[in-house]
Amino acid sequence: MATTDIHIQHDVHHHDDHSHDEHHEGNFWTTYIFSQDHKTIAKQFLITGIFWALVGGTLSVIFRLQLGFPDMNLEWLKPILGGWITPEGKLDPEFYLALVTMHGTIMVFFVLTAGLSGTFSNFLIPLQVGARDMASGFLNMLSYWFFFLSSMVMLVSFFLETGPAAGGWTVYPPLSALPQAIKGSGMGMTLWLVSMALFIVSSLLGSINYITTVINMRTHGMSFTRLPLTIWAFFFTAIIGVLSFPVLFSAALLLIFDRSFGTSFYLSDIFIGGEALPHTGGSPILFQHLFWFLGHPEVYIVLLPALGISSEIIATNSRKPIFGYKAMIGSMLFIAILSFIVWAHHMFVTGMNPFLGSIFMLLTLIIAVPSAVKIFNYVTTLWKGNIRFTPGMLFSIGLVSFFLTGGITGIFLGNSAIDIQLHDTYFVVAHFHLVMGSASFFGMLAGIYHWFPKMFGRMMNAKLGYLHFWCTFIGVYLVFFPMHYIGIAGFPRRYYSWTNFETFSGFADLNMLVSIAAIVTLSAQFIFLFNFFYSMFRGRLAPANPWNATTLEWTTPRNPQHGNWPGEIPSVYRWPYDYSKPGAKDDFIPQTIPYSETPESNLPHENELIKLETSNGHGAIIVEGKH
Amino acid sequence: MSLIIGLGVILVLIILYLIFRVSNLVTIAKGTKTDEERSDSSNSLNAALFIIFMVVSLGVFFWYSFEYFEDYTLPIASVHGAWTDTLFWITMGVTVVAFSIISIIMFVFIYQYRYKEGRKAKFYPDNHYLELAWTIIPAIVLAVLIFTGLRAWNDITAPASEQAEVIELVAQQFAWTARYPGVKDNKLGGYNFRLIDAVNEFGLDLTDKNTFDDFKSLELHIPKGKEVLLRIRAKDVLHSVYLPHFRVKMDAVPGMTTLFKFTATKTTQEMRDELGNPSFNYELACAEICGRGHFSMRMPVVVDEPEAYEQWKKGQEAWLKQNPDYLKKVPAALQEAAMIKSGMQKDPGATVAEIGK
Repeated sequence: MATTDIHIQHDVHHHDDHSHDEHHEGNFWTTYIFSQDHKTIAKQFLITGIFWALVGGTLSVIFRLQLGFPDMNLEWLKPILGGWITPEGKLDPEFYLALVTMHGTIMVFFVLTAGLSGTFSNFLIPLQVGARDMASGFLNMLSYWFFFLSSMVMLVSFFLETGPAAGGWTVYPPLSALPQAIKGSGMGMTLWLVSMALFIVSSLLGSINYITTVINMRTHGMSFTRLPLTIWAFFFTAIIGVLSFPVLFSAALLLIFDRSFGTSFYLSDIFIGGEALPHTGGSPILFQHLFWFLGHPEVYIVLLPALGISSEIIATNSRKPIFGYKAMIGSMLFIAILSFIVWAHHMFVTGMNPFLGSIFMLLTLIIAVPSAVKIFNYVTTLWKGNIRFTPGMLFSIGLVSFFLTGGITGIFLGNSAIDIQLHDTYFVVAHFHLVMGSASFFGMLAGIYHWFPKMFGRMMNAKLGYLHFWCTFIGVYLVFFPMHYIGIAGFPRRYYSWTNFETFSGFADLNMLVSIAAIVTLSAQFIFLFNFFYSMFRGRLAPANPWNATTLEWTTPRNPQHGNWPGEIPSVYRWPYDYSKPGAKDDFIPQTIPYSETPESNLPHENELIKLETSNGHGAIIVEGKH
Repeated sequence: MSLIIGLGVILVLIILYLIFRVSNLVTIAKGTKTDEERSDSSNSLNAALFIIFMVVSLGVFFWYSFEYFEDYTLPIASVHGAWTDTLFWITMGVTVVAFSIISIIMFVFIYQYRYKEGRKAKFYPDNHYLELAWTIIPAIVLAVLIFTGLRAWNDITAPASEQAEVIELVAQQFAWTARYPGVKDNKLGGYNFRLIDAVNEFGLDLTDKNTFDDFKSLELHIPKGKEVLLRIRAKDVLHSVYLPHFRVKMDAVPGMTTLFKFTATKTTQEMRDELGNPSFNYELACAEICGRGHFSMRMPVVVDEPEAYEQWKKGQEAWLKQNPDYLKKVPAALQEAAMIKSGMQKDPGATVAEIGK
């Protein structure tokens, strides 16, 4: 087994950069850069994710300036954007499309896939299942560095003269295949494809590791039914990723062939730039099928980890077991399966056979049922709780609210008859930004606030967290809620301006509101950034278990070293949600407390389990990772 | 610009506030404040803010939705548009009720069960009846929505009738062109993308006699009350035919003809009268990202009374007549027919028929 060397240390001066060389066996490079410690890799993913979130957010604010203030002179952006600002002080329409494209790509893949799954799957899986590290620390390290490489390639594409890819984040050919059609489909698109290929490698390496770790490296007593919902969510996410990302890879590969080697997988009967191209027999629809075969599961790759995180945080801070633990797992499983057979609801009006539309409509609306179950379960978990509004809890509640608001509009869009009008309008933009974008983003923030003490051994400031939450929560609603109206009014998305159309001449006011809200929301993130970096070094020292949570990660020392637990890995005796159990003296019982120690609160069937504990007691624990 | 400055000022204020906080925090950070001293006041404040948020946001939502209803809804001008809009508003009714109830319950729970010293939460891990209930109820509601939606979808996408008025729409970066079958044969002629050039923008195959009377239009004219079948194709990249008032949307795909049939119910003039807007015009927009000019890909649409529509069609010149140079591409045997059908030469047969009358 590829478990790395474990050094049990009690060095709490982890953050003191000057002392690391003397105290750690690894040097600076192996400790902070090419680290194989899942916690360090998680932090690398997190920091990179935050960087990309800022870039993606800034891009959106630039194009919101254009949409909200179409008459504004953007000359002042010239120092940054150079030639992309026209001599009249306007944003170049092609660059507008590049901004939209890069915003989507960055947010979906770099922030909400790598930044969210990469951070929390890496950080929490070994800590919560009770493992010293990932199944393969080396592959895990590779996973991060492939991601890093991928993001660098994408970053480079911003500096091309022809600009980054500009055909929408879905990169539908022929637009993305023909440099004649749009400048961004030249070198920018090539780099996009290279970057995505590297990203897929990173994602697969990560996912395989997560799956293996969850299956093989659970500590003694950690049966599947004792896994926290976070782990279940990461586990399903990884499985979805392994099954769907290769399909995107194949789609990208065929697109590369079409672009560079003259094949006709996606191209047919094209006359452009004054000449008829030799391609015949291909189908642009094929690309859409392949893309959305990843693209739709991708929604759940983004969303499930956030739902897992919020399940954990809501239970902990309501001081209640999550309501319907098995139903939560069941609904995630159901969502994971269904996510593979609903992809064509993105394609109702692409010319696909309408009969397929009927089938996909049926399947799509079925997926609303497990989603609804999840919401009801969250609400019931809050019922008769004793709710503590930590920043993590606030963001989790925000997530549930977005998931509800955004999810419910999915019922419109999943209905193919209604989708005819709403497809590719701002209604869709509102829908997916709330249900997938904002909900997942809030899951990520909730996770950061909640596990920051374990990541950095210090607490984030709660008051700044509240301020950050309220600005962001209200801001996000102000950005995306008005888009429903704009969408019902029929405004198409990816429009640089609407002034060419009488039909879309209204709503300058709402668009301005949206843009202002976007600017304020982005600004509010600096509160978070400040809090994050300040607390990392100067925050209040965190107690070992600041939220009185039951899961395993809180049994580690304040700053767990590589190997996570000094001495043996603790055994697990109960499920992770024994909060406020009747009869118990505290309002939580950690997973490591055997039933034999809590006779006062055991349920009848749990008393039965005491016998098993004694026969399998501590002595029988397999010590993992010791060499 | 002034707005940006204003926002900049706000940002600076926020930063100043942060710096102010920092000085406070530094003392706290070094202090001994433990986790147990959870500030009850901020817990209650957050709980109260959730309630305020719920009341205000639901209030604004309902107020705006009713007050500005006219502004954000588009009038309907097609038969199936009435169906899909009905479905839309039924779904809206169902979801808004569900959304409001769930939101209110959630935020009320959040407020009501906020942390109180000494209270213990209820250990309530599951209840199969409840879970069964809220699995089955949404399933039934969704099933009803699905089946009504399916019926509408099947009707909308069913094949057009034989009598439907066939119009070809051709998309290219960044314009729409319509081709009508011509009044003589009422059939669209063949085309091939390899025949496209600067003038022959449809790629008309002039060996097909059905092309001779086809005519081009930069305005989409459609008759009221008669089924129209759009045959949609694209020359370069994906585009999408989007007729917002007719609730029509269908992608234009290079290499594949797509179809959409619909029946207009209101002429342009009727819509002008209805809206009290004498300058109103129907429009066709592109709804699939297609490049630099995506946002400007507009085509004016005119709905005429059926008689006026027929008149308009008769008044249009055949494409071949407008481009007589292309006559040489017509096979010799068909030259005369081409001259006649395209209107370059009077149809002797028509004269005979007229005399016979």
